[in-house]
Amino acid sequence: MSSTTKNGNSRPAFQSWGRYPRLHADVLPLHWRSDYPLLSPPNAPMLPVGLGRSYGDVCLLNGGTLLNSAGLSRLISFNPETGLLRCEAGTTLAEILEFAVPRGWFLPTTPGTKYVTIGGAIANDVHGKNHHVAGTFGCHTPRFELVRSDGTRLECSETNNPSWYGATIGGLGLTGLITWADIQLRPIVSRKINYEGIKFVGIDEFLAISRESANVEYTVAWIDCVAQGRNFARGIFMRGTHATNPAPLRASSTAGLSVPVELPTGLLNHFTVGAFNALYYRKQLRARKTSVVDYEPFFYPLDSIHHWNRIYGRKGLLQFQCVLPENGDSTAITQTLREIAASGLASFLAVIKIFGNRRSPGMLSFPRPGITLALDFPAGEKSFNLLTRLGNITLEYGGSMYPAKDAMMTPQQFQTFYPEWQQFARFIDPAFTSAFWQRVTANV
Amino acid sequence: MSRTLPSRILVLGATSAIATAVCRELIAPGTHFYLVARSPDRLDAVRSDLLTRGAAAVTTRALNLDDVNAHAQMLSDAAVDLGSIDFALLAHGILGDQEQAQSNYASAYAILHTNFISATSLITWLANYFENAHKGTLAVISSVAGDRGRKSNYVYGASKGALNIFLDGVRNRIDRSGAHVLTIRPGFVATPMTAHLPQGPLFATPAKVAKLIVSAIAARKDVVYVPGFWRPIMFVIRSVPEWIFKKLNL
Repeated sequence: MSSTTKNGNSRPAFQSWGRYPRLHADVLPLHWRSDYPLLSPPNAPMLPVGLGRSYGDVCLLNGGTLLNSAGLSRLISFNPETGLLRCEAGTTLAEILEFAVPRGWFLPTTPGTKYVTIGGAIANDVHGKNHHVAGTFGCHTPRFELVRSDGTRLECSETNNPSWYGATIGGLGLTGLITWADIQLRPIVSRKINYEGIKFVGIDEFLAISRESANVEYTVAWIDCVAQGRNFARGIFMRGTHATNPAPLRASSTAGLSVPVELPTGLLNHFTVGAFNALYYRKQLRARKTSVVDYEPFFYPLDSIHHWNRIYGRKGLLQFQCVLPENGDSTAITQTLREIAASGLASFLAVIKIFGNRRSPGMLSFPRPGITLALDFPAGEKSFNLLTRLGNITLEYGGSMYPAKDAMMTPQQFQTFYPEWQQFARFIDPAFTSAFWQRVTANV
Repeated sequence: MSRTLPSRILVLGATSAIATAVCRELIAPGTHFYLVARSPDRLDAVRSDLLTRGAAAVTTRALNLDDVNAHAQMLSDAAVDLGSIDFALLAHGILGDQEQAQSNYASAYAILHTNFISATSLITWLANYFENAHKGTLAVISSVAGDRGRKSNYVYGASKGALNIFLDGVRNRIDRSGAHVLTIRPGFVATPMTAHLPQGPLFATPAKVAKLIVSAIAARKDVVYVPGFWRPIMFVIRSVPEWIFKKLNL
């Protein structure tokens, strides 16, 4: 699929990682932070994007111009005493790791892929396996520059332009272009992770292991959303800490596998995923297994397979991530999991985790205390219906949904999940919008 | 293979994506760069990137390299600042607009001036410098487009083809002194210069191209196609008889 840009060239449409929905906009690559704001404004409206690793439509525009910031990838300064790194906003987590790991530093928190830009990580206020102790990415970006389309340059921090700082963290790229950011890295002495995998059956067991792991730095669980009956909500709880025995800190090699073409739609169905889940659950024989693993497979198991999203075929995939309040009561999450298991739809990657209570400075930040569940489904009518029901359960129990992984939220849902949205809207750059924002404010 | 890499480095057109990537590859304790390019803001961005990554010193000089009258002064300043030049990389150039260039001589001349005339001025000074020093590497970024004229970019192609011949001659003259002349012929590289083109599987990243260039410096290669698959492709393109070639849409 291709679109014709202003200058007459045909190029593939910019896609989000879910490859759904498909919308067309011009793409303008930015290469120098001194070149923005642009001397000749492109087709309005505009939206900054990075590598397009968010799943739904927060990084898409229907018409207008995407400002691709991936070319802003220079480092600006690094303090080897404190681990404070300043870099341009298009720098990726992979590039930061390549620089930082050999120097004995690591990301303060990381999502499940390292192929995201700093600008995108701030705009979506991403989180990782250490959310319960470290909070979101925005908790570790003490300062950044925001440039508005009228040319105003705002250096933002807790004390400098604090309301712009709060609006831009989790601000979905709508407040202006982030040109550079400071990131507070954390020290490591080894690439290794001391890993432990613990099998569980049922949400109560999951919650018990989570409580027991409150002081373990990284925790997450894989959960089988297909199994019913006595296997309902079985899974493997995975936890890890950075190894403390000094070991060589080389940079990662860059080679990897790729899914070269999109696979047939429907390959991932109830049967194939059910079989995979049964095998995956049994692969770990013992109830508890410990090992020492490299950080790459621990944090980024899917990054070694480039374009893994193509396994969903032409129609693409839908992600769903909600957070549900817990308070010692597992009714909401149990009802959600029952709804999924009963739907006959199969989620290939289902992940469950307890969020902590460290507050993000971000006004529209998604993570809040509770249980978070992330799933993906092939795009299609049955999935649309299921996600609508899951959205309603989330609403009913006072939870929230994650814009970076959404293509389905209704205006009513979004405005209930994010009551600060009108206050936030005052910070939106007048030249900016996104397909997501237009969708969730369509009733206004 | 000895991997003694240069540590006193002059980069002309230093804000080009390939040049920046080569500089990153060459960083080692003690590396000292002298960067020349037009925009002071962009030079600052590259300078801080190289310093953060471990360069010992980075001097910048804002200069439009089209101004050939300023070359001699700039080059001797660079030699003083660096102490001596081990390695010079010529990376400035423009793609230009073929359609404009074929209807308007002034824009054809602008491409030839930047890519060829200004380069000959710089190469002449540097060739004499390295010949007298009996060492050092002069690397010049040319293009596969210089291998044969095609209707889609023959003005750019001619500027690079002329550059290739000029470099062959310089190499033939100064190689025996101990100096090394490297002609780099990249294919499609994903840079600001090509950002307007649809990106296909033949595109390489600046980082990949830079690694290959640095290996070619260490191995004292004469002419290197980057990535290497362009060598057989261009061999085929050069081998097509002209009576067929003139009918092709390339």
